[in-house]
Amino acid sequence: MSKLNKGTPVIDIQGVKKIYDLGETKVEALRGVDLQIYGNEYIAIMGPSGSGKSTLMNMLGCLDTPTEGHYHFKGEDVFEMEDNDLARIRNREIGFVFQSFNLLPRANTLRNVELPLVYAGMSRTERLERATEACIKVGLENRMEHKPNELSGGQRQRVAIARALVNNPAIILADEPTGNLDSKTGEEIMALFEDLHNAGNTIILVTHEEDIAEHAHRIVRIFDGRVAHDEINKKPRKALRSSASVEQAEMAVADLV
Amino acid sequence: MKHFFLEIEESLRIAFMQVRIHKTRAMLTALGVIIGIVAVTLMGTAINGIDNGIENSLDMLGSENFYVEQWPWKDVGDDWWKYRNRPEFKVEDANLFNDILDETPDSLLFVAVPQVRFWINVSYESRSLNSIETTGTTSEYAYASNNEIEQGRFFSKQEDISGSNVVILGHDVAENLFPNTDPIGQVVRFNQRANYRVIGVFKRQGSFLGLFSMDNLMVMPHRALRKIYNGNRWNSLLIKMKPGVDKDAAMDETIGVMRRVRGLMPEKENDFEVNRSESIGEQLDKMKMSVAIAGLFITGLALFVGAIGIMNITFVSVKERTREIGTRRALGATRRSILVQFLTEAVFICLIGGIVGLMLTAGIVMLVKQAMPHVPVTLSENLFIVAALVSVATGIISGFAPAWTASKLDPAEALRHD
Ligand SMILES: Nc1ncnc2c1ncn2[C@@H]1O[C@H](COP(=O)(O)OP(=O)(O)OP(=O)(O)O)[C@@H](O)[C@H]1O
Ligand SMILES: [Mg+2]
Repeated sequence: MSKLNKGTPVIDIQGVKKIYDLGETKVEALRGVDLQIYGNEYIAIMGPSGSGKSTLMNMLGCLDTPTEGHYHFKGEDVFEMEDNDLARIRNREIGFVFQSFNLLPRANTLRNVELPLVYAGMSRTERLERATEACIKVGLENRMEHKPNELSGGQRQRVAIARALVNNPAIILADEPTGNLDSKTGEEIMALFEDLHNAGNTIILVTHEEDIAEHAHRIVRIFDGRVAHDEINKKPRKALRSSASVEQAEMAVADLV
Repeated sequence: MKHFFLEIEESLRIAFMQVRIHKTRAMLTALGVIIGIVAVTLMGTAINGIDNGIENSLDMLGSENFYVEQWPWKDVGDDWWKYRNRPEFKVEDANLFNDILDETPDSLLFVAVPQVRFWINVSYESRSLNSIETTGTTSEYAYASNNEIEQGRFFSKQEDISGSNVVILGHDVAENLFPNTDPIGQVVRFNQRANYRVIGVFKRQGSFLGLFSMDNLMVMPHRALRKIYNGNRWNSLLIKMKPGVDKDAAMDETIGVMRRVRGLMPEKENDFEVNRSESIGEQLDKMKMSVAIAGLFITGLALFVGAIGIMNITFVSVKERTREIGTRRALGATRRSILVQFLTEAVFICLIGGIVGLMLTAGIVMLVKQAMPHVPVTLSENLFIVAALVSVATGIISGFAPAWTASKLDPAEALRHD
């Protein structure tokens, strides 16, 4: 357990169970999970396939409700909330990054990135400003008018990360963010997460790859619907910043000039 | 509220994009709505046209005139015998009526003009016209009728009394008989025999609903007409009321005077009918009703088919975009946002259908106008509002079920969908 962090946790779940009732059989995806996550943590949730990582992720992201248990988000009892309040929390407090990017295929980068701000009720000019800012943070300043099918996988995931960032959420939830990327591009994305963490963001990463998890500062291992290990990663692995990505960044600058 | 407008704006953008991607699909789906809108707007145009026609023709009959006649201006149905057995109108009736008016200094009525009507053939040199409605009347006709003289003059009291062989031609008759010559002073023949001199031509009145010309007529002294057709029967007594008097009071007076003319005891029913121009309107209301019923039936049918098509396509769209719905929910879309989004898409398709339908109707109306310039059809701006409302309503009704389904999707489940 991380005893270094003080104060109220951003996320505090206790005894969370999730049982999928499939008629004849019942699948116990989560069998009682306790977890506290504090501000500016960089945490990896690991576990084999089918262990319940995504289910837990959906709970943390207020996308799903458990069969049993408690969830306090910044002290607020989430499981008691109405659908609209959950939508508001997802909108303001949580940034999602999905394995398969989940971008709107016909919309360009800026449109994709500004989407959460639309649901936040922000005016168009403000939306554009914030979306542009987020694009710059993830190094997409010269890809803002591109549609997803005009971007590489790594760039698409950057768009998704910019979209997750654009509302300045309390936490960023990434479910296998490098799962659809080759290892080199995966490293670039990990470097981006590292930067975001250094800039003060809280990052929760779901993965089943040991190399990816090693970037995190805390690793929670899930096994069969329970937390099996929860430990500080004393020596988080620094993301490799390939010369290619440096080149790319230089090209981007050149493009701008 | 601002929030809601942003959602609508976003939804419109998405809808626009969706329609652009699936152009053919959207068009096919909108077909039912297009037909529905064409039907409803054409119906509206037809009814407007009838209304305009009624107004014009009522003007011609004169809204300040009554027509005392044996028969009412309506379908008599089973009462046919009752009307059939009423006494005919005689010359004396008209004279007596005017005598009573003269004795009543504060009468609301101006003058009573008897009219007898026959359909006769008229010819000039080699040209001839068949079955022209010909009215025999007194010289007061000039004051009572709305037919105005364009050329020449009406016949005088003198010509009336002596039954001179003079005639005033309706505009169409004059045009057809005298395409190149000035008709005034020319002599025309009736039924191959009698020679009558043309002394005047009426102004053009136009046509009724663009179908029946109101200028295919002739007017002459009744004594002159009776030289061709014997008898002393009248078709109707045209009553002109004084300007600005109360119409119902004038009508009552007409009935009272007419009862005196007929010498009816108080307990006896009227044995005549006082018709007014509004009665025609009532008849035409029936015509309007039939048009409306037919139009609404077609509209309803087309919109029903259209609505089902749109419902279907919206369901397909929800299914295809389940993952997108999940993503939007994850990014903070509320159930309402999703509902609004899919409703907007359905409404948007319907509105496109509505616009296309309106354009088609406008095209049809233009064609009709070119083919039949006298038919009083115009696309009124009210119909644009009707079309818009109908399209939006169809969109909301047909889009609701799929949009509701979309809004009820569980976000986590929707995200797992592929
Ligand atoms: N909607 C559902 N209905 C029924 N069973 C489900 C549902 N979602 C998940 N499960 C089951 O719950 C268990 C945990 O699934 P989950 O998706 O959380 O695993 P995971 O750890 O994310 O695996 P992976 O690494 O393969 O993504 C699995 O056994 C899965 O079959
Ligand atoms: Mg998973």
